[in-house]
Amino acid sequence: MKLQGKVWKFGDDIDTDAIIPARYLNTSNPEELARHVMEDADKEFPNKVKRGDILVAGKNFGCGSSREHAPIAIKAAGIQAVIAKSFARIFYRNAFNIGLPIFESEDASQGISEGDIVEIDADTGRIDNLTTKKTFTAKPIPPFMQELIASGGLIEWTKKKLEKV
Amino acid sequence: MTITEKILASHCNKKEVHPGELINAKVDVILANDITAPIAIKEFEKIGAKDVFDKDRIALIPDHFAPQKDIKAAEQCKMLRDFSHKHGLSLYFEVGRMGIEHALLPEQGIVLPGDVVIGADSHTCTYGALGAFATGVGSTDVAAAMATGECWFKVPESIKFIYYGSLNKWVSGKDLILHTIGDIGVDGALYMAMEFTGEVIDKLSMDSRLTMCNMAIEAGGKSGIIVPDKITEEYVKVRAKRQYHFYNSDNDTNYARIIEYDCSKIQPTVACPSLPSNTKPVNELSHITIDQVVIGSCTNGRMEDLRVAASVVKGRKVNPNVRMIVFPATQLIYKQALQEGLIEIFIDAEAVVSTPTCGPCLGGHMGILARGERAIATTNRNFVGRMGHPESEVYLSNPAVAAASAILGRIGSPEELGL
Repeated sequence: MKLQGKVWKFGDDIDTDAIIPARYLNTSNPEELARHVMEDADKEFPNKVKRGDILVAGKNFGCGSSREHAPIAIKAAGIQAVIAKSFARIFYRNAFNIGLPIFESEDASQGISEGDIVEIDADTGRIDNLTTKKTFTAKPIPPFMQELIASGGLIEWTKKKLEKV
Repeated sequence: MTITEKILASHCNKKEVHPGELINAKVDVILANDITAPIAIKEFEKIGAKDVFDKDRIALIPDHFAPQKDIKAAEQCKMLRDFSHKHGLSLYFEVGRMGIEHALLPEQGIVLPGDVVIGADSHTCTYGALGAFATGVGSTDVAAAMATGECWFKVPESIKFIYYGSLNKWVSGKDLILHTIGDIGVDGALYMAMEFTGEVIDKLSMDSRLTMCNMAIEAGGKSGIIVPDKITEEYVKVRAKRQYHFYNSDNDTNYARIIEYDCSKIQPTVACPSLPSNTKPVNELSHITIDQVVIGSCTNGRMEDLRVAASVVKGRKVNPNVRMIVFPATQLIYKQALQEGLIEIFIDAEAVVSTPTCGPCLGGHMGILARGERAIATTNRNFVGRMGHPESEVYLSNPAVAAASAILGRIGSPEELGL
């Protein structure tokens, strides 16, 4: 599967309060959450972001709260994928569990600028910056996470597991 | 093996586990709150399981936007109640019995040494203070675990922190953990277990240990943990309603890192906006004026915290430019504070005392900051907009410093009040 989109760039340590502020957590409706995505990092972002765009960030993306609302808001805003130098642990889990494609690459995080068009090969982790013609490789996705993706997320994986029992 | 590896091995029927290994482990307690449980409940229903794996091991606690702050929050809280009734969950806590989850579960003896605990709340790592493996996960993880009683984990590497020397006056567990996060950074322990050890930890109260483990996540940690000892035994033996197990770390264990701190060099520490790692000694910040003081939260809303804060404000008045809000973390703590006369001290000082709630810590309710306002809080996060307007600011400290700052109207230490 290939994902192509225009890049929005963010810095290090983007926390879950920046991704979706707690004042909006009195709902878990994805569309409502999407209307406030990244609002405290960039007030205009919810108006600027377009379906199919890609986020590129620095280290420790998604640090802080365990709120699954964070990857849900990103996904519901139509963002196809997130590339970062590193991800905070719970965000990493949540993204796989709900089916938001994420890719870890220090080189890509540094070598991609806002507005660049990138193409990600989700199967191989190859990231092409079509604007600058540079190529990067994301860290391989662990086999268990690949199994989760292949099953369609943790809920489907759990269903299958319970059926076997 | 480390204590973390031993607990995880015992929960997946293995003799040994190693860092990096992926395991499926049995969980002893599962937790979610009024923010995270609604998604977990919806996802659980998609699985199609008839019932939960164990109705006595799932704690649903409406503490974030409760007492219900608005209609939407009330609808979310109601989902917890309805689900708990439907499945006969014994660990549902209605307002009046409810406390802040990470204070309530240890206090009630629901989480115990040797347990594996997952919670859809990042501060689930608090229970490591009891010698449990406890970690925050997402709502979907909780949904799956409610059906199966299991959760997948990557066995974490461990960092050993050794605290030696003796504590300076007004320095508590909060200062040790803020100092540590300031040293290693907000991703300094990413994916790792933070094991707190040393002669200072050996003498540290359970309340301060809970504070330290609570903030492991602020260094990116998967968990914080302290090997159980006499202090743990004293705390749990009067609370536990089931068996528990003490695990320890072997002497020849390989740690990813070993970091030592001479506590005589650690002063009361404040984390400045907008990361918990942005720490400074309190005496470098005496020029910072404040509008609000918050004492409470899963980090510092326990008896030790309220006693220290009360000792600082006793016989004094909160600065006229400041509002001070105190949140006892549970009903039991509230009652004990009442019996010890602490509530009266706070009211006489012109502070307000609230029902237990996470409230302002995450910018929910009960003390939200306006644009340009500044708070010092005993909470755990000072991200942009954490307590209200994106242009408000939060400084993090221990309860003694927060209380002294309330009196001074600016950031300061109890020593400035002659204490």
